[in-house]
Amino acid sequence: MAQVLSVPVRSLGASRLVGRILLAITVAWFVFFEAFPFAWMAITAFKQNSDLYNIKHNPFLFNDPPTLEHMQLLFQGTLFPRWLANTGLVATLVVLITLVTAVPAGYSLARLTGGWGRRVGIGLFLTYLVPPSLLFIPLSRLVAILHLQDRLWSLVLVYPSFTIPFCTWLLMGFFKSIPPDLEEAAMVDGCTRLGALRHVVLPVSVAGLLTVVIFAFTLSIQEFVYALTFISPSAQKTVSVGVPTDLIRGDVYYWGSLMGGALVASIPVAILYSLFMDRFIAGLTAGALK
Amino acid sequence: MGESGSAVVVRGPVPAPRRGGGWLTRDRVLGPLLLAPAVLYVFLLVGIPLLLALYLSVSSATTGSPTLQFVGLTNFLRAVNSTIFRSALTNTLIFTFVSQALVIVLSTVLALALEQRFPGRGVVRFLILLPWAAPIALGAIGWKWMFDSLYSVVNWMLRAVHILSPTQFPQWLGVPSLAMAAIIIVHVWRMLPFSAVVILAGLTSIPQEILDAAAVDGAGYVQRLFHVILPMLSPIALIAILFGTVFTFTDMGVVYILTSGGPFNSTHVLASWAFQVGIIAGDLAQGAAVALFLLPVLLAGAVLMLKLAGAAETGV
Repeated sequence: MAQVLSVPVRSLGASRLVGRILLAITVAWFVFFEAFPFAWMAITAFKQNSDLYNIKHNPFLFNDPPTLEHMQLLFQGTLFPRWLANTGLVATLVVLITLVTAVPAGYSLARLTGGWGRRVGIGLFLTYLVPPSLLFIPLSRLVAILHLQDRLWSLVLVYPSFTIPFCTWLLMGFFKSIPPDLEEAAMVDGCTRLGALRHVVLPVSVAGLLTVVIFAFTLSIQEFVYALTFISPSAQKTVSVGVPTDLIRGDVYYWGSLMGGALVASIPVAILYSLFMDRFIAGLTAGALK
Repeated sequence: MGESGSAVVVRGPVPAPRRGGGWLTRDRVLGPLLLAPAVLYVFLLVGIPLLLALYLSVSSATTGSPTLQFVGLTNFLRAVNSTIFRSALTNTLIFTFVSQALVIVLSTVLALALEQRFPGRGVVRFLILLPWAAPIALGAIGWKWMFDSLYSVVNWMLRAVHILSPTQFPQWLGVPSLAMAAIIIVHVWRMLPFSAVVILAGLTSIPQEILDAAAVDGAGYVQRLFHVILPMLSPIALIAILFGTVFTFTDMGVVYILTSGGPFNSTHVLASWAFQVGIIAGDLAQGAAVALFLLPVLLAGAVLMLKLAGAAETGV
C-alpha cells in the first residue's frame, strides 16, 4: 500500500520541482530581455574608449580600468545639466497646470454632474487615445502663431493636453471612492461646496493627488515627439530629445556619454513610475471594466 | 473617519445641506464651472488641432507660406501614389500586427510567471518594468548602440554562442529586413511590461473560488489555464491589445531614433513619414494628410473602448 502511494506522491513532488525550474528560467529570460539594455548602458558609460572600441575585447569585461571620463564630459562638456533643468522646469509647470484643472474637473465629474458628466468623462478619457503623431503638425502651426517655437513654453502649453484627460479620469475615480457624507456634514456645518472640497475632500485624497503629480511629471519627462518638433536650439532641449539627438557630432556618436545620459535620466523616472504603476493600470482599465 | 461619525449625528434633523450664498455656489452651476477649464483646455489643444489637421490636409500650406488654400483631395492622392507612403503604411501595419501578436503571447506568459510567489519578486518586477517606465527615446538609443555596425553586443553574444560565425557582422540597422526586425524587437521590448502588468491585474481579479472549484472538479493547472483562466482574461487582454495597438501604430520615436526611416526610406512608418514630410521638408499640408491615415485605427479603438465601457456599465 505504502509503495503504491509513494509513486504518485513522488511524481507530484517532481512535477512541482519541474514547475519551479520552468518558472525560474522563464523569469530569468524575461529579466534578461527587459533589463539588459540598461545594464549595457551602465557598462558602456564607465568604459574607456580604448576598451569600448576594440572588437577583440570581451564587451562584458573591463579590460581597461573603469573611467569617469564619459560622465565628466556629459556633465561638464555638454548641455546635459541644462536639459535636466529644462525638463524639470517643464514637468513642474505641467504638473501645476494639470492639478489646477484636473482636480476641480475630477471632483465635478464625481459629484456634481450626473449622466451627462459621465459622458463628458468618457469623452475626455478617449482623447487620451489621440496620439501626438496626429497632432504635431497642426500644433506646430499653433505654436508658430503664438511665437513659441524653440521655447520651453510651447511644451508647457501642449503637454497638459495629454496629462489633463487621464488625470481628470484618475481623480474622478478617487473622489468617487470617498463617502459623500464627509462633505455633506461639512456643508451642514456651514462650509460651501468648494470649502468642503478644500478642507475635507483634498486632505483625504493625498494618495490620489500624489498619483496624479507623479503621472503628469513622468509623462512630461518621457514625451519625445512634441519636444522634437517644436524645439531646435540645443540649449532649449529636454533630456529625452537632447540625449539622442545632440550627443552626436556629425557622424560620431559619443556612446559612453550617450549611455551615461540615457541611464542617469531613465532610472529616477523609472523608479517613480514603477511605484505608481498599479494605480495607473487601475485607472486605465477602469475605463472599460469595473 | 471619526469626523464623519460625529457629523452624521449633527445632521439628523436638517433636511438638506445648506446652500449658502448666491447662484455661483449651486451644484448645477458649480458642476459645469469646475469642469470647464479642463474641457476647454483639451478642446483647444486636441479638438481644434484635430480639425486644423483636417483643414490643412485639404490645403496647400507649407511652413513658408501657411495660407489655407483649398486644393481638395490632392494631398491624399499624392500620398497614396507615393511608393514611400505605401511602404510606410505597410510597415506600420506589419510592425503593429507582429509586435502586438508577440506581446500578447509573451506578456500572458510573463504575467502567469509574475503571479507566482518567489523570492525577489519585487526586484524582478522593477527590472521588467524598466523599458516601459523609462523614456522610450532613451531606451531606443540604448538599442541603437546594441545594434552598432561594428561593436554590436547583440552580434557579439550571437557569435559567442555560435549562432553566428566569428567573421559575421550582420548590419542590423543597415539592411531593410534586419532593420524591420530590430524595430519590432524594440517595440516588443517596450510594450511587453505594460501589457504584462495589465494582464497581471486581470489575473489577480479572477475570484479564487472559481479556481478552487475547478481544482476540486479535478482540473489540473493546464486545464484550469485553458478552460478557466485564459477565457476569463480575454476582456482585460483586449484592453492591453487596444492600448498596445494604438501606441505602436502611432509611435514614431523608435523608428526615428533607430533608423530615421532608413536604409533608403525602407523602414518609415506613417508617423515618421509624416514628420519627415510635414516638419523636416516643411510641407504641412502633405504631412497632415499622411498623419490622417492614422485616424481610422484610432476611431476603431475609441469605438471598441466605448463598447467595453458600455458593457461594464450594464454589468455584462
